[in-house]
Amino acid sequence: MEHPFAITLEVGTSHANRTGTWRVERPVYVDRLPPCNDACPAGENIQRWLYHAESGDYEAAWRQLVEENPLPAIMGRICYHPCETACNRAQVDEAVGINAVERFLGDLAIEKGFGFDAQTRETGRRVLVVGAGPSGLAASYHLRRLGHRVDLVDSAAKPGGMMRYGIPAYRLPRAVLDAEIERIFALGVQWIPNHRVEDVVAEREAGGYDAAYLAVGAQLGRRIEIPAGDSARIVDALSLLRSVEEDRPVLLGRRVAVYGGGNTAMDAARTARRLGATETVIVYRRTDKEMPAEREELDQALTEGITTRWLSTVDSFEGDHLVIEKVVLEDGKVVPTGEFEQLPADALVLALGQDSDLSVVEGAEHIAVRHGVVEVGPSMMTGEVGIFAGGDAVPSARTATVAIGHAKRAARAIDAYLAGGTRLAPERHGLASLERLNTWYYDDAPRSRRPELAAARRVDTFAEVVGGLNEDTALFEARRCLSCGNCFECDNCFGVCPDNAVVKLTDRETQAAGGRRYAFNYDYCKGCGICVEECPCGAIDLVPEAN
Amino acid sequence: MIPVPTPVRFYQVGSFAVGNRLLDPDQRTVQADTARTNSLDSGHRACQGCGEALGARYVLDAAMRAAEDKVIAVNATGCLEVFSTPYPESSWRLAWIHSLFGNAPAVATGVAAAMRAKGRDDVRVVAQGGDGGTVDIGFGTLSGMFERNDDVLYVCYDNEAYMNTGVQRSGATPPAARTATTEAVGPAPGNAFGQGKDLPRIAMAHEISYVATATVADLHDLEAKTIRAMAHRGARYLHVLVPCPLGWGAASKDTIRLARLAKETGIFPVFEAEHGEVVSVAKIRHKAPVVEYLQAQRRYAHLFKGDHSDVIDQLQALAEANIARYGLLEPTSAEAPEVVED
Repeated sequence: MEHPFAITLEVGTSHANRTGTWRVERPVYVDRLPPCNDACPAGENIQRWLYHAESGDYEAAWRQLVEENPLPAIMGRICYHPCETACNRAQVDEAVGINAVERFLGDLAIEKGFGFDAQTRETGRRVLVVGAGPSGLAASYHLRRLGHRVDLVDSAAKPGGMMRYGIPAYRLPRAVLDAEIERIFALGVQWIPNHRVEDVVAEREAGGYDAAYLAVGAQLGRRIEIPAGDSARIVDALSLLRSVEEDRPVLLGRRVAVYGGGNTAMDAARTARRLGATETVIVYRRTDKEMPAEREELDQALTEGITTRWLSTVDSFEGDHLVIEKVVLEDGKVVPTGEFEQLPADALVLALGQDSDLSVVEGAEHIAVRHGVVEVGPSMMTGEVGIFAGGDAVPSARTATVAIGHAKRAARAIDAYLAGGTRLAPERHGLASLERLNTWYYDDAPRSRRPELAAARRVDTFAEVVGGLNEDTALFEARRCLSCGNCFECDNCFGVCPDNAVVKLTDRETQAAGGRRYAFNYDYCKGCGICVEECPCGAIDLVPEAN
Repeated sequence: MIPVPTPVRFYQVGSFAVGNRLLDPDQRTVQADTARTNSLDSGHRACQGCGEALGARYVLDAAMRAAEDKVIAVNATGCLEVFSTPYPESSWRLAWIHSLFGNAPAVATGVAAAMRAKGRDDVRVVAQGGDGGTVDIGFGTLSGMFERNDDVLYVCYDNEAYMNTGVQRSGATPPAARTATTEAVGPAPGNAFGQGKDLPRIAMAHEISYVATATVADLHDLEAKTIRAMAHRGARYLHVLVPCPLGWGAASKDTIRLARLAKETGIFPVFEAEHGEVVSVAKIRHKAPVVEYLQAQRRYAHLFKGDHSDVIDQLQALAEANIARYGLLEPTSAEAPEVVED
């Protein structure tokens, strides 16, 4: 009889001893919601696309990414990445540079010419999408992939909305914008430019559309009355930005004051600098702590030599100087001091916020407008059945990322509506908080920075300021992901079980171990909990056994 | 000089996890491989979270890999023997022999001699026991095995007391720890200071070719040392710290965490020595105070009832002495290599 090496008797075994009966708690594999995914207004599965990027499979990563967001090269530039603010790694060393990797994937997809997977069905249903900004484009993409026919209309000559007419080219090069829009159009979206919808209900009826999605944005610059001399040049920020895009830039002069503290104010100030203003100053009634602009936008502006005047309001504009009043903050309220000062300026740019032009729903009796925005339900449907709305025209944080998130939610709701039902949102997993992780296993790895255009070169060019990662740094950055709450196959549970009660599953196609995660062999698992404690990413729970 | 496995710093989990789908298979541990021997198999009767069961599988699987599965294991009496082989069961999936509590080194010497007589230099002998069987009862035969330089790797799984018989003090029980025979009573509760044996250093004094310490918390390190030990001939000694949830009064899930803390506090120095000289040490990565280690174990609970800060200070001083003796704190995180920027 054949026996194993140096063994003369039948081999003993202890398999008859089912030690699993000792267990009072059992480990179970779970998937938790990573904070980045939780924070992403577009609902991207960031952890999952980073997982693919980590192995260098960038195409798989990109395909995972565009399941939720069809504009990664754009969003990799202009998104304010709340994901990075939420990232657990920020508490270990520094947040993962998610936005930079997203841009790398987006740029790579353009370079390699990746196209979207074609829709697998044609429903024959028709949807009208009003507004070709981020929300309208994303909605068109999702609806088209769900098999519906889409007519995308916009009052402008070119698609892109605020991404084209509001965001300067040094932040978003137009070649990138065009490439990502073109890819959506290639799905068969019917693009109708220079078409202004006067009444959405009537247009839907006349066109025989089964549903409509309103994404008209917020395109009206808010104005306030500022006493001004005849020669005073006052322009609103949106008009300024639009004029640059249309290649007929507004003449501003040498000294430009920008009034406001939002991102548009930063864009306007930096644009003025590039148009030749040698002295650009941002005037804001509060301070950098309260301003709504993103910190990195302000930092970029300061690097480019733009100055700031905090705690100041504009009283009047006398032609070659502003009269500004100093104010103080008391309990967060702006209180005037009666102290005035002169600030030399050739032009004043107003960047005081934007409003939506909602004339499109004025005739619709069931569509409610409150505080200047359209009211919608959880599925983004307005009071008019079959008409949905999203983006800046509904109550929201008014960012492109939020607008893309609205589009996805609305498209899925429209799909359900066209099928005669309502969409039930899947249950969200519990959050994968830092306490669940065992950060011992993660090595310290400072984040890779994106190269930035030297400040001196920025002021007279609309060339892109922030560069992209190269493949090495993008891979490095992706691999900094902690994979919070989702197994990434580190083999720890498989290795640390004293009872060999963890099974490494085999890939059915390749027959190779790995790729399919793990399972517990409850016949022998004693429920000690070591695997739970030593799981780096917190993807195992210990739950009481039923009595 | 002993090669230390190169840390792969930029990976998601560095090189601290058992495996990683992103690593080349040869950079993963033996335990990451589905084809590992599982020398100590499922169904053994060790307590929940047993560090010794884990340590034995780690070491023997690595030894089996190094010796192409030709290993004979000689086992001293102790938990490891009792929980693995209640007649007629056996959890061992390699050639395995048990004799007495105190004579495992002598039996191993005999097995090695038999293999030599048969001209089988491909067959390797590993002897193993707990700290009681090694530091106390088997000490004489072990010293003899070292002195004769018999071709045996002796592995001590140190859980710091006689756990199998009900947690009695051994020569490896640390100061202040409560055991059944060093109760937490009187003016100096728990085990006395200034006693016990530091067996790795005693083994080094024999000037055998290889002596190393390790814990179950750093698998890469433990496997590298086992494989390194298997590359030597003659007497070799490996001392592995294996927390015991029962005897230490710790949560079963904390076995690896406690082993890690023992190393990170400096309480248990992790090093390698060749021919009596220390040649490498495992640096402390995130230094922790001994209190953190002590508080997680009920065998030290008496130190936290009333004021025993002087005792805790003494234990901290022992850790600091280890850190100084072995240089456990030399350039650590500051030495992180420059990372690609721009």
